[in-house]
Amino acid sequence: MINIEIDGIKIQTQNGATVIEAAHQAGITIPHFCYHKKLSIAANCRMCLVQVEKAPKPLPACATPVAEGMKVFTHSEQAVKAQKGVMEFLLVNHPLDCPICDQGGECMLQDMSVGYGGGHSRYHEEKRVVLGKDLGSLVSAEEMSRCINCTRCVRFLQEVAGQMELGQAFRGEHAEVMSFVSGTVNSELSGNIIDLCPVGALTSKPFRYKARSWELSRRRSVSAHDSLGSSLAVHTKNNRVLRVTPIENDDINECWLSDKDRFAYEGLNSADRLTKPMIKKDGQWQEVPWQVALEFAANGLRHLANGAGAEQVGALATANSTLEELYLLQKLMRGVGSDNVDFRLRQSDFSADGKQQGNNPHPNLPPVGEGANVSSLAGGEPRQFLPWLGMSIADIGKADRLLIVGSFLRKDHPLLAARIRRAVRKGAQANIIHSADDDLLMQVENKAIVAPDALVETLTQVSKAVAAKQSEGIAGSLLGGERVVVLLGNFAQQHPQSAQLQALAQQIAAATNGKFGFLGEAANSVGGYLAQATPGAKGLNAASMLAAPRKAYLLLNVEAELDCANPQQAVAAMQAADLVIAMSAYKHRATEYADVLLPVAPFTETSGTFISSEGRVQSFKGAVKPLGEARPAWKVLRVLGNLLKVDGFEFDTSEAVRDEAIGGMDIPAKLNNASQAATQSSILSPQSSGLQRVSDVPIYATDAVVRRSAPLQATADAVTPQAWLHSDELKKLGVQAGEIVKVSQGQGSVMLLAAADDKLPKGVVRVATGHAATAALGAMFGTISVERA
Amino acid sequence: MKNLINFFKSFLLLELLKGMTVTGRYFFARHITVEYPEEKTPQSFRFRGLHAQRRYANGEERCIACKLCEAVCPAMAIRIEVAERADGSRRTSQYDIDLTKCIFCGFCEESCPVDAIVETRVYEYHGENRGDLYYTKEMLLANGAKHEAQIALDRAADAKYR
Repeated sequence: MINIEIDGIKIQTQNGATVIEAAHQAGITIPHFCYHKKLSIAANCRMCLVQVEKAPKPLPACATPVAEGMKVFTHSEQAVKAQKGVMEFLLVNHPLDCPICDQGGECMLQDMSVGYGGGHSRYHEEKRVVLGKDLGSLVSAEEMSRCINCTRCVRFLQEVAGQMELGQAFRGEHAEVMSFVSGTVNSELSGNIIDLCPVGALTSKPFRYKARSWELSRRRSVSAHDSLGSSLAVHTKNNRVLRVTPIENDDINECWLSDKDRFAYEGLNSADRLTKPMIKKDGQWQEVPWQVALEFAANGLRHLANGAGAEQVGALATANSTLEELYLLQKLMRGVGSDNVDFRLRQSDFSADGKQQGNNPHPNLPPVGEGANVSSLAGGEPRQFLPWLGMSIADIGKADRLLIVGSFLRKDHPLLAARIRRAVRKGAQANIIHSADDDLLMQVENKAIVAPDALVETLTQVSKAVAAKQSEGIAGSLLGGERVVVLLGNFAQQHPQSAQLQALAQQIAAATNGKFGFLGEAANSVGGYLAQATPGAKGLNAASMLAAPRKAYLLLNVEAELDCANPQQAVAAMQAADLVIAMSAYKHRATEYADVLLPVAPFTETSGTFISSEGRVQSFKGAVKPLGEARPAWKVLRVLGNLLKVDGFEFDTSEAVRDEAIGGMDIPAKLNNASQAATQSSILSPQSSGLQRVSDVPIYATDAVVRRSAPLQATADAVTPQAWLHSDELKKLGVQAGEIVKVSQGQGSVMLLAAADDKLPKGVVRVATGHAATAALGAMFGTISVERA
Repeated sequence: MKNLINFFKSFLLLELLKGMTVTGRYFFARHITVEYPEEKTPQSFRFRGLHAQRRYANGEERCIACKLCEAVCPAMAIRIEVAERADGSRRTSQYDIDLTKCIFCGFCEESCPVDAIVETRVYEYHGENRGDLYYTKEMLLANGAKHEAQIALDRAADAKYR
């Protein structure tokens, strides 16, 4: 510890800290622009000049390390004069367009010039003009004359996002920030440069001229689009969400937010929104009052449950639904007498659900797990499998050896990828086992890129190598670490052999004394288990519910052709069903197969709870009123429960639902990545012939809201899926990259552009799912054929 | 004794004469009341009357929809909606002043960075219905067009004090 004195206040600070850090610790404000605690030090704005005793000239506080006995003055004559001078220079070329600047009212330069600038300008000459740049559909850089060249955006993209997409070109008065050869900024974290920009040079394009900062009400909320549970502020005006910004939370999202979380709100007011309940009468959709629609749905369900049997009713929900919705959904289903409820729509291996049982009602189907119903647990029994992160998010950043299996890390978990990237920059080693080799924008120590059917084999070898204490390859890297982290990504969790992958990953983690976990697909991937929205002993899981079609389906936020592991099968099951009740915020393809459409509210319009992949329970309130006649889904389910005369549906608030679902529950004790059944999982033989499908869920196709956000859909990440093949495979097919090919799976086929990716293993085709262009195809894994169109 | 004095005072109509003196003094003094509406009092160039929206000499409207007047208005009488015009400039799609709410404090005029919203010398206006005093952008711009000469003169007169 070092003793220094700032403005006469004695401060103890760590050796190696800078003066500005010490001052901020002590609550002393030092004006600054280019300094940011999460970025490297540039010291180019000179705003933080302070007087230091015995130093002949003022020193930049952000770049001056503390020294024992140092005396710093932030308000002395010398310091004030320096700050005023710097401010005057910064304003020399800054345009006076604050009245039309979107940053006006929340601008660091405005605030600092009031606090530290002079009262008037002595500069009457011409100001410099910097031409605007086109950085894509998210970030507006139209007014680059406002830039004060602090280079925060440049440093962010380089250090946190991992790719130097912006840079500062030219010198002196001609210096300007620009993208490389006029390209767009394609980072999945690009929105953060809007927050970082201390002036109005980089602003949000969708938010352009929408509102002034002082008109907005900020409501705290939780991210609904990935499993991290980022803290965010929803800014609203006139009952409309106008923008979303991060709330600093060092445990989760630090001060960042992924573009998906930041710009998804544009989908909330899409023209697709379902605002009135509708029922289908004689093949025609009619808007009806809630009462009619709910009674229609309840009568239909009752009729089917009494007639065909309750087991003919199935409920599917997305994992982006709130805990309350999932809890009421399963309670409703169990009240009706059916155990068929699931939220793991893209999962294909359910053997880890629990021990396998002999009396599988559908012997030709994948085995159904037993007793996933948490409440059925008796004290002595082994704990239920409940996949979670296995550690805190902060722990991932502290790891020194990582093994990431089956994850499109950068696109699936942009902020976790940034955390891992920082760890790697500090010397951690990342190892990858996957079926595609996307650039993670970080140094990868070892990677094994194999076809999906070879993942288990590859992981087995690593496991053996770890057991044999091999010093090379992935095993060597992992064994050399003290804080090992083994993570299974979405791809691994959706894999048909995910239970085996899980068992092997667990072995590796145990052998290296490390931690092991699942990255988690959606906002409530953990919450769904805790809400018991998984099939019980006699119930069917998401896959078997569609493989053995039910007569009635209750869909919560589900778009069958986009959200399910096997869109073909899902749509066929829906079309064959007698009754499909779709609770959805949007009109979508459900109009083809549903009988009732009930408009429910997306996460900004309802209160609820998300349980993130690290088991963090975060409740939030609605930021705006539901659009039109849409209602929060928990209320709709509650009324359905009342109409069906199910006991225990007397909830008045979502908090009451939450308290019944998880009140008094020891959640950390419930989270359990170890599964006894895992090792007994049915071993699927590797596929021998034909091409295998590798499918990712593109970053902006993960859920209904994101899919309708126009600015996100205009980014480079949202291009129509292509059929990616190794160029040798393309040659074998006699197809050139860029040509249209016919991709067929099951009974469906689609025309896609062929594209070459030599980093893919041979024998696979990478075709994304979750997109309308590929919705006619079958399962996410399995054989697929490609031929010339 | 007191009664006697009072008797003579009322007998000689002293109080009446006192009153008549005051009346007489004002009768011959210079008149300060004006015969409105035939006569009008002089106005300061800072007079704050009916609002107007100004245009530049080339016909372009001045207002850039910065919303400072809306923010500063203590009576919350101003309502502005912003839209990007086809040429990319920031403009109001709606600019309403509810004159029944307005307290004519002049803050809107003070806060305006482009001298778009001004208060004119016009005070002779009325509404027969409540809604008549809800001035929209078109009405305000028409006011501006009508009184621009006077508005410009008044701004020029006030310029040296700013």
